Amino acid sequence: MSDTNVSSFASFLDAIEAGNPFYITCPNGHGSLPPRRLCPECQDQRISREPLPETGDIVTYTTVSVPAPRFSDDSPYVTAIADLGPVSLTGHLQVGNTDEIQMGQTVKVTVGSIDGQRFVAFERP
Amino acid sequence: MSRSHIAGTGMTSFGEHPDRTGRDLFAEAALAALDDADLKPDDVDEVFFGNFVGTLSENQGHQGPLMSEAFGSTAPAKRIEGACASSGLAIRDAVRTVRNGDADVVVAGGMERMTNMDTADATASLAVAADSLYEVRPGVTFPAAYALMARAYFEQFGGDTTDLAHIAVKNHENALANDHAHLQTKITVDDVIEAPAVADPLGLYDACPISDGASAVVLTTDAYAQRQGLEAPVTITGSGQGGDRMALQDRDSFAKTPATRDAAQEAYDDANVSPADIDVAEVHDCFTIAEVLALEALGLYEYGEAIGAARREETRRDGRLPVNLSGGLKAKGHPVGATGAAQVAAVAKLLTGTHPRADALDSPMIGLAQNAGGTVASATVHVLEVVE
Repeated sequence: MSDTNVSSFASFLDAIEAGNPFYITCPNGHGSLPPRRLCPECQDQRISREPLPETGDIVTYTTVSVPAPRFSDDSPYVTAIADLGPVSLTGHLQVGNTDEIQMGQTVKVTVGSIDGQRFVAFERP
Repeated sequence: MSRSHIAGTGMTSFGEHPDRTGRDLFAEAALAALDDADLKPDDVDEVFFGNFVGTLSENQGHQGPLMSEAFGSTAPAKRIEGACASSGLAIRDAVRTVRNGDADVVVAGGMERMTNMDTADATASLAVAADSLYEVRPGVTFPAAYALMARAYFEQFGGDTTDLAHIAVKNHENALANDHAHLQTKITVDDVIEAPAVADPLGLYDACPISDGASAVVLTTDAYAQRQGLEAPVTITGSGQGGDRMALQDRDSFAKTPATRDAAQEAYDDANVSPADIDVAEVHDCFTIAEVLALEALGLYEYGEAIGAARREETRRDGRLPVNLSGGLKAKGHPVGATGAAQVAAVAKLLTGTHPRADALDSPMIGLAQNAGGTVASATVHVLEVVE
């Protein structure tokens, strides 16, 4: 794939926002996230997009009390890693979803924005 | 192939030096190392300098020649960056250069300034060791990244924050004899448990401080050491480096660090030793959980067993495997770029009996220094031995 628009981080976030999230796969069935020019598992360059499940389960999380500067108004906040199957994603749990977070909980992938910078976020499904 | 002898070591005190410049900090460490080696700046053939965020903290790139000049040399130099593994990587390159006979005398070390930045800027700077798109953007700070690993470790292997607290207590205790240490305060398990949360389950006393400082090691070839009649009984006999996927989310496990495992295997094979041969270790405890991950990846403990090592008193200075006698990053401090070389310097001094905590050991012969970058996306391991 030489067209970077198909496999850029921005296009990845665009697709989540459009309701059509994707991940990158190869003929051997490995999953990865953009930008990619080859599969990081097997180095196969025949990579393509596959639809990504919209939800995943929390496999680890933390409540951040000393915030990243951009999120200082949000503190404390939760960041977590969710396993969506073919890939896992690290996300910021959106404000308003601050009730008890637990391992194994299901979250939906969405996109947040702060200071004009977009990021992967999670919300309750 | 020549061995690489440690002819001298030097470091500044680690702590808050907001009025010192990076070039002056490194000059102090390098000149102290050369003095310890009984050598002069003119004797140095090449410089390997580790530094993480000098471009952010001092607006200073291109630090190689600046640092050479600072200690009175115009020897070719380069800045090597691998987040917190920067000077471990510098040591590795230096070892390779000396063993290949490409230089007789090299200086390898590092420096970091961080206390001239406020907490927000320091937090933001440290975070650049993580994946900027997939980790930093959603708000993962460096403590948060290790907190994600800690929770995953507890989930998979068990253990709790009290186990981690014993590690902090041990390392603080060790630093009480180390006048170069950033923190020389005795703490209790309750102090650690009750400390303010940073990113749960990690609290303030699970985290190493933000420090300034510099360290340097002088390495020479066999032939040079003999010719000059240098006092250099400690050699680096094994060097290894490992890597891993940058973002935690892309790894097979958040509770294991294969970069350290691979670096250790390479270093052990290189030195022709096994984990059982290691008498003393300095490992990368940027957070208490990191000491646990390191000990297991180094093969010094089975997976799931190192969490209780400090609690069981095995890794205390009077235990069967003393770990972080210098105080570790936790109490000695962690000027990021200086840490890897400082660990090697500490092990060298422990082996020669000149370290303030050397009296805890009974004729140690083989030591190990493990340095990790970020959430261990990079790692170096060096094995040191007394050869005379």
